Amino acid sequence: MKKEIDAIMAVKDLPIGFTAKPGSSLEFKTGDWRSQRPKLDREKCIYCGFCYIYCPDGVYQDMGKDEKYYKPDFDYCKGCGICAHECPKKCIEMVLEEV
Amino acid sequence: MAKPIGLEVSLAVAEAVKLCDTDVVAAYPITPQTHIVEHLSELVANGELDAAYIPVESEQSAMSSCIGSSAAGARTFTATSSQGLALMNEMLFIAPPLRLPIVMAIANRALSAPINIWNDHSDIMSIRDVGWLALFAETGQEALDMTILGFKIAEDHRVSLPITINLDGFTLSHFIEPVLLPTKEEVAKFLPPFKPLVKLDIANPISMGLLGGPESYTEARKVTDDILVASKPVVIEAFNDFAKVFGREYKVIESYRTEGADTILVMMGSIAETAMTAIDELWDAGKKVGVVRIRLWRPFPVEEFKEAIKGAKNLAVIDRAISMGVPDAPVALEVKSLLYNEKVRPFISNYVVGLGGRDVTRDDFKYISGRAEEFSTSPQTQYELVGVLE
Repeated sequence: MKKEIDAIMAVKDLPIGFTAKPGSSLEFKTGDWRSQRPKLDREKCIYCGFCYIYCPDGVYQDMGKDEKYYKPDFDYCKGCGICAHECPKKCIEMVLEEV
Repeated sequence: MAKPIGLEVSLAVAEAVKLCDTDVVAAYPITPQTHIVEHLSELVANGELDAAYIPVESEQSAMSSCIGSSAAGARTFTATSSQGLALMNEMLFIAPPLRLPIVMAIANRALSAPINIWNDHSDIMSIRDVGWLALFAETGQEALDMTILGFKIAEDHRVSLPITINLDGFTLSHFIEPVLLPTKEEVAKFLPPFKPLVKLDIANPISMGLLGGPESYTEARKVTDDILVASKPVVIEAFNDFAKVFGREYKVIESYRTEGADTILVMMGSIAETAMTAIDELWDAGKKVGVVRIRLWRPFPVEEFKEAIKGAKNLAVIDRAISMGVPDAPVALEVKSLLYNEKVRPFISNYVVGLGGRDVTRDDFKYISGRAEEFSTSPQTQYELVGVLE
């Protein structure tokens, strides 16, 4: 019987000493850990920036004075829900991540 | 021809570290290892050794500092014993996969409880699976030579793994023995300057000590074991090069009067000196008994060991530690395991001697030789603790 292999790198291809070159986190998307995602109701949003300040991973991006809201980067948002909890207008809802 | 000088073995090890032009010593004193690092601190303080001496607050910090300094590209040495080695434990697992060639002398000592500062092999046996190379010295000269060899072997790019140099606490560490102290020029001829295989370098930055999840941990462990196993020929090569420069020959497995021997005693460390004297007396009395001493404990020299014990009817494996909860002590467990699939196997019996500094005498080896023969007719079911008062 052939065994299915889950490895991402073969023994012979591992870097010596299990090291990494800098900047590799840009290639390593961590957003797929998420089970819930924040959903913003822009009607209620007052552009206060609490979500931007409280986000522990810094995934919120300021969309500027014209757009007047903050947008999460789903490549890195882990769905912790801190933004929804801290939002003073309760305009962020955590919805189940559809896979 | 150099003349031997009388030197305490701990000091001889420290002198070897000096001759190797070590860059960093990070250590915490613990009996019976203290004299090694104490002498090194003197050598650094009086300018004989140009090194950073880091007097840390614990052995956990000592090994952490060693990992850091080795990663920064410094030739790194430490020494410990017993409880100190136990306190290092979590850091000891980290150095091998990171490929850091730290050299550590262990003045082997028992572990508590009860509190005991004397010699056995309980400390080294607790770290036999972590990925460090391990050499055992029999004499003061060997302890000195193995320290120099330790740097040579560990720093070779085909190895680049940490190594322990084991010397029996007190029995070796505190004895004054005649030793030939090599010159700095001889050592420089044998040991090239340290060129790290992996290194923290601002000009070429890397991250070390990364996360390896279920998708990569298996491969990372495998590569470490592969490199450890593949280091054996490098050890043998280093022994041969050492003989050319210094004239002293070492083998990964040493044999004494095994030719035509019915029974072979297997052991590690300084007790082999006594054992050889004992079996000389046995041969004089018509008993055919040999000694096989394991000098290279990790990686285990499987082929050389099998070759060394060939033809023996009985093997008596003599341990210096108990593996609690199983019928065999550590060395016997391994010897039995590697001979299990052989077509022709000797009868193997196991003896534990010299726990917590109890004397091991010529009579013990004579007694064991006799027992090994008895066990060829009715196999032993559990290790025998020689000289225990029940």
